[in-house]
Amino acid sequence: MEHTNDITLTVNGTPVSRRVAPRQHLVDFLRDELGLTGSHIGCEHGVCGACTVRVNGEIVRGCLMLAVQANGCTVDTIEGLSDSKELAALQKSFHERNALQCGFCTPGMLMAAQDLVNRKTKASREEIRAHISGNYCRCTGYQAIVDAIDEVLNGQG
Amino acid sequence: MKAPSFAYSKPQSLAEAFELATHPGAKILAGGQSLIPSLNMRLSAPEVLVDITGIGSLRGISVEQGVVRIGALTTHAQIERSPEIARHAPLLAQAVAHIAHPAIRNRGTLGGSIALADPAAEYPACLVALGATIVVAGKDGERLVPAEDFFKGLFEVDLRPGELVVAAEFHALLKEERSVFLELARRHGDYAIIGLAAHRGAETRFVYLGAGATPVFARRASEARTLDAAISVLHEDIDPPADLYNSSATKLHLAKVLLTRAWNTLTTSH
Repeated sequence: MEHTNDITLTVNGTPVSRRVAPRQHLVDFLRDELGLTGSHIGCEHGVCGACTVRVNGEIVRGCLMLAVQANGCTVDTIEGLSDSKELAALQKSFHERNALQCGFCTPGMLMAAQDLVNRKTKASREEIRAHISGNYCRCTGYQAIVDAIDEVLNGQG
Repeated sequence: MKAPSFAYSKPQSLAEAFELATHPGAKILAGGQSLIPSLNMRLSAPEVLVDITGIGSLRGISVEQGVVRIGALTTHAQIERSPEIARHAPLLAQAVAHIAHPAIRNRGTLGGSIALADPAAEYPACLVALGATIVVAGKDGERLVPAEDFFKGLFEVDLRPGELVVAAEFHALLKEERSVFLELARRHGDYAIIGLAAHRGAETRFVYLGAGATPVFARRASEARTLDAAISVLHEDIDPPADLYNSSATKLHLAKVLLTRAWNTLTTSH
């Protein structure tokens, strides 16, 4: 018999209570139980960053955290930050600068980039690259992504 | 891949954690940034995960009477942002930037890194270079283990069944001391090809990561009076294992490059 635990958390501002198996990752919980499929699953071992979500205000890997560990936490996903317009400037800049092609990495990339925008008022391109170093993009070669983040942070690109 | 099935418990006190940790199928879960990937890849199949992150006494950084104490559950991000660490332990402040990426640094912990003892990990080498003490505790009480004795082999540390890493302690950097951390990796935040934690105080310690099964204290090079002498004896201290991309000879060469850079930094007056 599979073990289960009851959890209560706040996802994108809405309180949620569910019974989960401890083995279930946070990102699988968000996608499969709550239908929040904006957070993507790439490598499932913490390398690619496609599953980046925010827990208690800090970005984490959704595949390296268990849903049961999020008990009592506040979780924000790409859906929540899109609806609240927190990401509006980055989304516009990504769009205008063609900072995505297939779009698979984009939700995680935006979550990581917004974290930098929230922490810093200015950042060098080197700092931007370091901050998104844990988010893989296999299409763009990163140049346009760095341009887009640079524009939002520093008003140019 | 998905993790295998396991039970989960979250003790609220150390006493409760010691009790749960003695279960033969138990595994301690701290930040989970190495454990959960190993579960996902089915390299590990514990019966129960004991999540110790609810134990508040394992958190935090303090500096008292010249001793820096970092609680086991302190995250890499907390170390990175700590003004106390920047001032009193610049070696760790420099090292932390090399540990993975921001989203991982927000969860990964000092204690987890020490207890796992990955040979390419940054903290173990730093703690040996600083002559740190690892504080471990279990049902029978607390033990203080010098960092250089704690790391015994490949992923093997001086922890008895049911014991946890509680903290690391070392003396705060003195005015006349210098330290520097250097690492070479293929990509930012990737595993180290080779790295060097160097500290010059009453004695000099050059300690390599990625150069063997444990942090490798290059004793002969550390005792050398000149850079040339240190370079010429380094091969007696370290015999780095080849990885997928770099031969042992390449890694030894890179170790010498780092030694030169560290030596020059340590001997430059500020």
